[in-house]
Amino acid sequence: MDLLDVSLVNWSRAQFALTAMYHWLFVPLTLGLGIIQAIMETIYVKTGKEEWKKAAKFWMTVFGINFAIGVATGIILEFQFGTNWSNYSWFVGDIFGAPLAIEGILAFFMEATFISIMFFGWNKVSKGWHLAATWLTIAGATISALWILVANAWMQNPLGMQFNPATVRNEMIDFWSLLSSPIAINKFFHAVTSGWVLGAIFVAGVSAWYLLKKREVDFAKRSIKVASIFGFVATLLVAYTGDGSAYHVAQKQPMKLAVMEGLYKGQQGTPLVIMGIVNPAKEKYNDNVEPVLVPLRIPKMLSFLGYRDFNAFVPGIQDIIDGGYTTINDTTKALSFEQKKTMGQAAINALKQYKEAEKANDTTALATHKAVLDTNYKYFGYGYLDKPEDSIPNVPLIFYSFHLMVGLGFFFIALFVVILFFDYKKILEKQKWLLWVTLFTIPLGYLAGELGWIVAEVGRQPWAIQDVLPVQAAISSIQTSSVQITFFLFLIMFTALLIAEIRIMLKQIKKGPVED
Amino acid sequence: MITYSFLQHYWWFLISLLAGILSFLLFVQGGQSMIFSLGKTEDQRRLLVNVLGKKWEYTFTTLVTFGGAFFASFPLFYSTSFGGAYWVWMLILFCFTIQAVSYEYQNKPGRFFSTNTYRGFLFINGLLGTFLLGAAIATFFTGSEFTVNKQNITEFGGQLSPVISQWDNPLHGLEALFDVRNWLFGLAVFFLARTLAVLFFKNRLNNAEIEGRLHKLLAVNAVPFLVFFLAFVIWTLFASGFAVKPGTNEVFMESMKYLNNLFQMPLLLICFLAGVVLVLFGIIKSFLKDSWRKGIWYAGAGTITTVTTLFLVAGYNGTAYYPSTSDLQSSLTIFNSSSSFFTLKVMSLVSLLIPFIAVYIFYAWRALEKTHTSIEEINEKDSHAY
Repeated sequence: MDLLDVSLVNWSRAQFALTAMYHWLFVPLTLGLGIIQAIMETIYVKTGKEEWKKAAKFWMTVFGINFAIGVATGIILEFQFGTNWSNYSWFVGDIFGAPLAIEGILAFFMEATFISIMFFGWNKVSKGWHLAATWLTIAGATISALWILVANAWMQNPLGMQFNPATVRNEMIDFWSLLSSPIAINKFFHAVTSGWVLGAIFVAGVSAWYLLKKREVDFAKRSIKVASIFGFVATLLVAYTGDGSAYHVAQKQPMKLAVMEGLYKGQQGTPLVIMGIVNPAKEKYNDNVEPVLVPLRIPKMLSFLGYRDFNAFVPGIQDIIDGGYTTINDTTKALSFEQKKTMGQAAINALKQYKEAEKANDTTALATHKAVLDTNYKYFGYGYLDKPEDSIPNVPLIFYSFHLMVGLGFFFIALFVVILFFDYKKILEKQKWLLWVTLFTIPLGYLAGELGWIVAEVGRQPWAIQDVLPVQAAISSIQTSSVQITFFLFLIMFTALLIAEIRIMLKQIKKGPVED
Repeated sequence: MITYSFLQHYWWFLISLLAGILSFLLFVQGGQSMIFSLGKTEDQRRLLVNVLGKKWEYTFTTLVTFGGAFFASFPLFYSTSFGGAYWVWMLILFCFTIQAVSYEYQNKPGRFFSTNTYRGFLFINGLLGTFLLGAAIATFFTGSEFTVNKQNITEFGGQLSPVISQWDNPLHGLEALFDVRNWLFGLAVFFLARTLAVLFFKNRLNNAEIEGRLHKLLAVNAVPFLVFFLAFVIWTLFASGFAVKPGTNEVFMESMKYLNNLFQMPLLLICFLAGVVLVLFGIIKSFLKDSWRKGIWYAGAGTITTVTTLFLVAGYNGTAYYPSTSDLQSSLTIFNSSSSFFTLKVMSLVSLLIPFIAVYIFYAWRALEKTHTSIEEINEKDSHAY
C-alpha cells in the first residue's frame, strides 16, 4: 500500500474547491435570473404587452450564456467525487449517490428538455406551453439544487444511516430523514434564495447601467422594478434562512460556529462579534492570547442566535477540544478531543479485528468487535486525526468570510429598500449615485455567495463527513502530480471560459434588448 | 418478488439501458466530428451546428445521469474506476466540458475564441469523446489493473494511505490504450457515432447540397464501423471471460464466457441479433434508397438494443462486469459492488418516474421537429440560433 501523501489531500481539496467555486459563479445567476425572466414572461402572457416579451427574451439570452458554462463546470464536480475522493465514494456512496442519481433523473432531464423549448419554441408552441416550459426550466434547475443540497446537508449532519462492518460502508436506513432533515431544508432555501438575490442584483445592476446611459429606459425601469421587489423579498428570506443556518450550526457543528465567531472560550450569554480583527499573535488554541482585536460586540446575541436563549452557554474552540461542558440542549458533558480520538481509534481497531474474525469465520469474535465498533462509531473519523489542532478549521479565513457575507447581506436589503423607495417616488433615474452603487453591487453579489460556501465548506474541515470521515481518509490513491496537472488544466480552462462568458455577456448587454 | 438479487439485476439493466441510450445519442458527437468536412460553406456549417445544437443537452444529460446512476447503484465501481483510471475519465470530462459552451458561444458577438475554435472544440469532443468512452467501456470485457481491499481503511496514524481501491498501473487508465481490443471498440463507437449522425442529418436537414454528400459519407463510416465492431465482438465472444463461481463467488477465467452467456440467456441472444439487424437495416436501406429518411430510428433502436445487451452480457449470468487483471478476486460483480437493498429499493421507486420523463422528452422533441431544418429557418428574425 502507498504512503499517505498530505500534499495529495491538499491538492485534491484545492481542485474540488476550484471547481465548486467556479460552478457557483454560474448556478446562482441561473436560479435568480430564471425566476425573473419567468415572471416577465408571465406578465407578457397575462397582459399581451410586447414590451414584457422583449424584456423576457433579453434576460433569456443572458441566461443562456450563463447556463452553458454552469453545465460545463457541473459535470466535473459530479465525477470528481469518484476521481479524487474514491474512499468517500465507497464509504458513503450508498447514501450520497442516491441524491445525485435522482438529481440526474428528475432535474437534469427536465432542464435539458424544457430549455430547448424555451429557446427554440417561441414560434413552435403556444404561448401557454412556452410559459410552462420557461417555468419548468427553472423548476428543473431548482430541483437540481434541492438534491445536491440534500446531499451536502447530509455531509454536514449525517443521519438516516448505519455502518455495516461487513461491507465497510455506511448504508442508508431512512431516506425520508435525509430529505426532511431541517438542515437540508434550511440549506436548500438559504442557497436558492441567495441565488435569487444575485439574480436580482444582476438585473438591477444592468438596468441601472442602462438608466445611467439613458438607453432602453422603459425596459430598464420595468426590469429594475421586478428585480428590486423580487430582490427585497429574497434578501429577507436569505436573512431568515441564514439565521436558521447559524442555529443548526450551533447544534450540530459547534466548532464551525466557534471559528466563525473567533470564539475560543465560551461563556453564558456570549456576545456576537459583528466586527473585529483576528489577532495574528494567537498561535495556539489554549495560549490565552486575545483572539479578536478591537471587537464590536452585541451582548448575549450569539447565545440567542445559537440557542434561542440570551443566557445560553456557547462553547468556544478550547472548550470543544477540552470537553467537559454542557449546553441547554444537551446536558451530558461534552467529550474532549482526546476522548473522541480514543473512541475513534477503538472503532477503527474494532473494524480491523472484525474483518480478521470474518476471515477466520469466528462468529463470537464478530459479535464482540461489532459491539465495540457500534459503541464508538460516532467518532470513527477522530481515529484518523493526530492532534487537537487537526480538528480546527482556518480561523481567519472563516471569521472574515462569515462577517463579510453577513455585512453584504444587510447591505443588499438596504439597497433594495432604497431602490424601491425612489422607484415609488418615480425619481429613480435621477439618483445617479444610487444607480452607480447598484451597478457596482453586481460583483459583491457574487462575492457574498462564494463567501457563504467558504464558511460552509472550509468551516467544516477536516471533515468530509462530520465526525465520521476526515478528508485524508476520503481520497483516491493517485499521484499528487496528476492532481496538480488537472488542477492547473481546470484553472486555465475555467478561467478562459469565464473570460469568454463575461465578454459575450458584456457585448450582449451593450447590444441591448433589441430583436435578433 | 422484490429480492436483493432482483434489484441488483434491475439496476444493472437500467445502467445498461442508459449506456445504450447514450451510445445512440452520441450521434451528436459524430455530427460534430464532421462539421468541417460535411459543411463546405459557412451557412452549411451553421446549419449543421444548429440542427445538432437542439440535441446536445440530451447526450450530455444522459452521460451525467449514467454517472449518477452508477454512483447510486454500484458505488464500488464509481470509487474504483473513476479514482483509478483517473486520466481516461479526466480526458473524457475535458472533452465534454469544452463541448458545453461551444454551441452557445460560437456565434455570439464579443466571443473570446473564434467560431472555428469553438467548432474545433466540438470536433475534439466528437473525436476523442466517443473514442475514449468506447475504449473505457471495452475494459468491461478486457479488464483493468486494480485491487480492492476494504480493510485498507483501517490503517490510520498518518503513515499508510487508507484507500480501499488501488490502481496498479502508474498510467492510471491510459494503459487501456495499449490493448488492441480497447482500440477496436473505441473506433467502433467513433464510427458508429458518425454513421448515426449521417442518418440523423438525413432525417432532419432540408438542404439539397449537404444531403447530396450524405450518401457517400454513410458508406465511408458504416463500413469501418462494421469492421471494428465485428472484430471486437467476435474476438470478445471467443476470448476467455471473467466468470464468477456460484456459491464461493470466486472469479476465474472461463473460455468463451461471453458467448456462453448469450447461449445461456437466449433472450439476450435474440435481442443482440435483433439489435444488429436493426442497425444494418437502418444503414443499408438508407444507403439504397436515398429518399428514405427513417434510418436513424431503426439504427438508433438497434444501437440501444445492441449496447444494452452487451452490457447485460458483461454483468449477468455470473460474470464480473469490471474485471481486475491484477487480482481476479478484486473484480467487481453486480453483487459485490452494489448499493444496499434499502438504497436500491428507494432508487427503484424513483425509477418508476422514468416513463413520465420519456413522455415529456418525446413531446418536446416532436414539438421542435415538426419541419426539417433549413438555413432559412435558422436565419428567421424571431428564432434562437447558434
